[in-house]
Amino acid sequence: MSKLVSSIREAVQLSGLKDGMTVSFHHHLRNGDYVLNMVMEQIADLGIKDLTVNASSLFDTHQPLADHIRSHVVTGIQTDYMAAGLGREISHGLLEKPVQFRTHGGRPSDIANGNTPIDVAFIAAPSADPMGNCTGKVGKSACGSLGYAIPDAMYAKKVIVITDNLVPYPLPGWSIPEIYVDYVVSVDAIGDPKGIVSGTTRITRDPVGLVMASYAAKVIEHSGLLKDGFSFQTGAGGASLAAASFLKDIMLAKGVQGSFGLGGITGYMVDMLRAGCFQSLLDVQCFDLKAVESLRDDPRHQEISALHYASPAQRSAVVDSLDVVILGATEIDADFNVNVHTDSNGSIMGGSGGHSDTAAGAKLSMIIAPMFRARLPIVTDHVTCVSTPGKDIDVLVTQGGIAVNPKQAELRQRLADAGLPVIDIQELKEKTERITGTPKPLPKGGRVVAEVISRDGGVLDQIYAKAE
Amino acid sequence: MAEIICPASAGTLESSDVYVEIEPCAQGIEISLESVVKAQFGEAIESAVRETLAACGVERAKLTISDRGALDCVLRARVETAVARGRGQD
Repeated sequence: MSKLVSSIREAVQLSGLKDGMTVSFHHHLRNGDYVLNMVMEQIADLGIKDLTVNASSLFDTHQPLADHIRSHVVTGIQTDYMAAGLGREISHGLLEKPVQFRTHGGRPSDIANGNTPIDVAFIAAPSADPMGNCTGKVGKSACGSLGYAIPDAMYAKKVIVITDNLVPYPLPGWSIPEIYVDYVVSVDAIGDPKGIVSGTTRITRDPVGLVMASYAAKVIEHSGLLKDGFSFQTGAGGASLAAASFLKDIMLAKGVQGSFGLGGITGYMVDMLRAGCFQSLLDVQCFDLKAVESLRDDPRHQEISALHYASPAQRSAVVDSLDVVILGATEIDADFNVNVHTDSNGSIMGGSGGHSDTAAGAKLSMIIAPMFRARLPIVTDHVTCVSTPGKDIDVLVTQGGIAVNPKQAELRQRLADAGLPVIDIQELKEKTERITGTPKPLPKGGRVVAEVISRDGGVLDQIYAKAE
Repeated sequence: MAEIICPASAGTLESSDVYVEIEPCAQGIEISLESVVKAQFGEAIESAVRETLAACGVERAKLTISDRGALDCVLRARVETAVARGRGQD
């Protein structure tokens, strides 16, 4: 038998894709991805309409989706994250049906339990063999982990692997095995390496960012959690990376032998592994070249699926064993609810990703953010959109002080005893507004353009069309 | 009361800064404002600009404000500098 077909178009035809079905994509090629656009162009050309696109994330490179929405090729979007370009159009009412935002754990859970079935999954594979064994670890478009694609491959009715590095059977070290794959297509390029992984991710040099990062590391130091067996996740933002770098120094100075680092993995986490801060890295997505190389070469650096990373519906997921996570926010309110879906003007520019999953799982969920960005205070009376409920957020670190969720009285005491600048969140809001002024509330928006679905299935919040 | 005698500007288009352009005007103060935080701070920005002009003794000028989220103190400083340059003092 042969699964190899000559073109994406032929694979789409063989898959039996019809009007009204759902196609899925994963985002490991990030802003360098060519696959979603190539596939959607063929689908549009074949005259197929009324599709739902279920993508683990959508980036600015996927802007052509807007045209497919205008021509009714696409009438539904399910995603965990949407970059600002497409987000702005959605916020202005481009799509009739509200976008469904899920989390990185909620998405695979709903795929596995049949709530959001996938008819045809498209897997962008940096290396594959003719029977569909594939991996992201090698190839000119290497992206490292394929963690978010694994549930799509397992549960979609048809699975099409698209690669730009077809190797003889069998490909050693596959991430997704042939047992799930129906068709394989070889193309010239699945993505632009410059957009797939950053050459280096850099820690911040901004003095405000460094103050926040140093507070963040000290909060972890004095949280009571920094001991042998410690586990940790952080994002790829400059201040988060600086916090990881300060934390590494503290762990080495104190001789703390951690257990694992989790998440989207950067070179800084690889440095921590190599320095002995962790026994292993569990990796659902690589952010830079150093992470890709480490995943390929170091057996302590392990690829995991999105289900294993964060699904609330499995027997357990790694987030359930996480000690500390550092997260971002565009807004946070007095109840510690966090917005990462919209900017302060209400325009979609992000999404939960793993935010709510790790916040729910981790023993200490820390938000790190400046007191204000471009005159807009981080602390508001009510967030424009609840992305992660305040019950799952423990502490907010800013350059103007550290606000602890009142439910964490013991943590607050520990930080105060350590001489850290603990501040009530309401006081932090007032302190910020003395610098920025008090912003006028935004006019109420129009119809619902997106709904935020919590990791365990309910509607957490709705996002409204921007008022003109 | 030194008049605004020539077009001048101050500031940048960097995030958290503001770019202020000033030019002579036959009568009164004309302000055109574009801001990333217009919905939240548009009125505050306009009144801060008017206050600063009054404090500098400017009665006739046309201003174009391109705001990228500057704090009030930054805005006032940029306007003062634009005024000084528009008077040929810089």
